Amino acid sequence: MKIILIGGSKLAYFLAKQFASKNYYTTIINDDLEEAQTLSRTLKATVIHGEGSDPTTLGEAGALQADVVLSLTAQDEDNLIACQIAQKEYGVPRTIALVNDPENQQIFEKLGISVAFSATQIIASLIEQQTASSDIQNLLPIAEGKVSVTELALEQNNPVVGKTIDQVQLPNGTLIACILRQGEVIVPNGENILQALDRLVVIGQPESYGQLMRLLCSE
Amino acid sequence: MASQYIVVVGCGRLGSMLASRLSSQGNSVVVIDPHESSFSNLSSDFSGFQITGDASEIEILRSAKVDQADCVLAVTDKDNINLMVAQVARNVFEIGIVIARVFDPAREQIYRDFGIATISPTQLSADAFMANMPS
Repeated sequence: MKIILIGGSKLAYFLAKQFASKNYYTTIINDDLEEAQTLSRTLKATVIHGEGSDPTTLGEAGALQADVVLSLTAQDEDNLIACQIAQKEYGVPRTIALVNDPENQQIFEKLGISVAFSATQIIASLIEQQTASSDIQNLLPIAEGKVSVTELALEQNNPVVGKTIDQVQLPNGTLIACILRQGEVIVPNGENILQALDRLVVIGQPESYGQLMRLLCSE
Repeated sequence: MASQYIVVVGCGRLGSMLASRLSSQGNSVVVIDPHESSFSNLSSDFSGFQITGDASEIEILRSAKVDQADCVLAVTDKDNINLMVAQVARNVFEIGIVIARVFDPAREQIYRDFGIATISPTQLSADAFMANMPS
């Protein structure tokens, strides 16, 4: 796999290290000369000093052969244009852009970027989930947030304790994937009875997620 | 020509000149620039609105009522902002007439092929110089 990383200083550094350990071929484009020099000294990756949205620089970085372009600068417009040029001019199949304004996430995807992600959005939702209930941990969003996996603990007084999974009647589009009970992992079927202190790993689509949480977290 | 609602993004030398001229022709003009001091470039008889803000933030475009504009001119000194604003105006707000200033001829070519109307000062200058050369 060949990846071009644009901007991102520290983020680019740690990502490039991870990619190197996976044997991905990484090229970094950075417009700060000093930063570019430091990166080229500390990483195995190829580092180019230049602007990621400049068609010539992208060409020199090997955009024609790249599988992914990942643009992480602090300017939304630079990320958009770099990804679009990579895609339109060099046919890069997958482009990923960081957006600072969360509203740009949807707009960028409408303008042809494969994936736009907003750090603001991710951090805000992490905080929201933490404050909503300390018993819930959102493990990870999958398929760009179309499905999320959540771990939650059942308190003694939870009304679902003592019921089988069939009796609980989970909303459509949700599933109890496994029960963690006293160090054991149980992959349940409908007959398993939920017990106090069980930790459940549940999978759900966002539209039925609220319903699921109300059901499993009600006092 | 009937009075139009025109949004000018960027109030440097070109933006302020365009905004001033369009305003004096009787159009409703809104001009956006991140630096309030830039508005001093506008001519004294400019009668439009000024919005201080970064046009890469959609909220700022919305506050300029871009969705109701007949025409959007993206003329900041940054090619990427102009290209982004032009695409947002055309594809999100569905504005009929959108023109972006793009200095980099390579970038201009790519986006013109992609259907964005662009004006390249570099190209225009080159053409003007060549036209004045003795043949």
